[in-house]
Amino acid sequence: MVDLTTKIGALMLKNPIMPASGTFSEELGEVFDLDCLGAHVTKTITQAKRAGNPVPRVCEVNGAMLNSIGIPSKGAEWFLKNIVPFYADYGAPLVISISANTADEFARFAEEVGVPGVAAIEVNISCPNIEDDGKAFAMRPGPTRDVIRKMRGATDLPLWAKLSPNTGEVVEVAQAAEAAGANALVTANTMLAMAIDSRTGRVRLGNVMGGLSGPALKPIALRMTYQCARAVAIPVIGCGGISTVDDVLEYLIAGARAVQIGTATFISPTTMPRLVRELEQELERRDLPSVDALIGTVDIADEAITLAEYA
Amino acid sequence: MPASLCVVPDSISPCTSRQPSIHEVEARVKTHEWVNGQYRLLVLAAPASVLDCEPGQFFHLLCPQTDRFQPYLRRPMSIYSYDQMKGELAFLYKVAGTGTGAMAELKHDESLNIVGPLGQGFEIRPEWRRPLLVARGVGLATLAPLARECAQLGRPLTAICSARSPDLLMSTDLFRSCGAEVITVTDTDGNSSVENLTALIEGLFRSRGIDAFFTCGSTRLLRMLQEIAARHGIGGQAALEQHMACGIGMCQACVRPFRREDGAVNLRVCREGPVFDLQEVL
Repeated sequence: MVDLTTKIGALMLKNPIMPASGTFSEELGEVFDLDCLGAHVTKTITQAKRAGNPVPRVCEVNGAMLNSIGIPSKGAEWFLKNIVPFYADYGAPLVISISANTADEFARFAEEVGVPGVAAIEVNISCPNIEDDGKAFAMRPGPTRDVIRKMRGATDLPLWAKLSPNTGEVVEVAQAAEAAGANALVTANTMLAMAIDSRTGRVRLGNVMGGLSGPALKPIALRMTYQCARAVAIPVIGCGGISTVDDVLEYLIAGARAVQIGTATFISPTTMPRLVRELEQELERRDLPSVDALIGTVDIADEAITLAEYA
Repeated sequence: MPASLCVVPDSISPCTSRQPSIHEVEARVKTHEWVNGQYRLLVLAAPASVLDCEPGQFFHLLCPQTDRFQPYLRRPMSIYSYDQMKGELAFLYKVAGTGTGAMAELKHDESLNIVGPLGQGFEIRPEWRRPLLVARGVGLATLAPLARECAQLGRPLTAICSARSPDLLMSTDLFRSCGAEVITVTDTDGNSSVENLTALIEGLFRSRGIDAFFTCGSTRLLRMLQEIAARHGIGGQAALEQHMACGIGMCQACVRPFRREDGAVNLRVCREGPVFDLQEVL
């Protein structure tokens, strides 16, 4: 019997498979029993209602998709009244993803959503900071530290900082989040991208630019996961382009303690239960007793050379 | 778009049952024929789990990867017919882009991964005794199951079928086999204009006592029917399309604005639709 459990700080998950925010909702419970998952992660909500972006909100590119949904939100009150109780029927811990315009708003919102039934808060700091010329908090260590520190002062719930690939300072941002009191990192959100219809010359998303997700993103997010897992002591949760059990294994080997599945659920809504099954089979096949036995076992022959080559 | 637009109307409960009602299954190609120069009819052998369908619902299809086409996302497609006894599910579709181009290459006995049935279908209200179907292009396929349903319910039916040219008028035999009175109009015959159809429908009000509209396939015809229905104080429903990613309600990609009591709201075509109240469509 393989031990699939994994610990994310104080939270014990029954397996390392959970949804990525924005690609999961109650409706998926009409496809499979959501209790087979390690955790439930809701779509990002904002305190106030938001309409979201103009359509088209998605388009496909080779081996990936772009989205600019724009965080449509019914607001905190509706969410706490309608969505949180839905998940009370399930044993999997509920992680709610939140976003706000400023560090202070993030802190106030974290306090508001800390209701019974919520096990952790995922902090979507890949959204624009209106006090920093619209740059995403997670692009730089300073704003990341500021927002996590203020949230830390406002809630005792575990804080998972969802990092952005749109930065040249991956390690510095990760360490800033850890130093400010984050309990885990999620690597990573989508990568800013664009697509144009070459026949008409029109942009293919209503919001011009959008986030790239799907298999094309995987090597980038895997690299970030590896960089962060080496640089911080808190757990790192891998996220980006996972659709096969090999993808899951890669992330675990790179140092992730758990993984989030996003776009793959759009392609096959039964991806997550399949990955739970296949991960167990694969660990058995390799005679590994647990998920833990695989985490961070990446084999790097000569790190100095590896670093020199891409420097 | 005003900031007050919200995603899910308050009246819709997010609660779902723990018994799976949406299934991801492999279906097998039984037949796959061209019905004219643009449309193909795909008949699948499908498991019983996905055949408890309603007219107007759709499936989300994982189109194959071919040498010419590599679609990444699934494609939503309205159901042309479903038959639990025969274990059949059929789609009548226009070969237009990457997804349908890939689909068109499916051969006999090959497998197609499908998710469904999805969305809210048509509701034939008890007071709607004499419905009129107005369909154009691919909407002719979407309304086909509704014609069968009307026949089963014993509602005398009139169907106006519109297309660019006579060879693209599909489903007319099917509508007739359901006992429907079929009126065809085409661009090439010059009788498919809004002015012509408005006069035609006004005549049907007098001669047939039409009391409900169902439509799919043309925004122009939808606007026309909204105007006529409002003038005569009758109801109706419209099936809509929108770009989708998940098809189940998770991603919020396929929203469109709809008129509700407290103003405009964004609703998901995949979840609150694809069938909506005729007058709510903005």
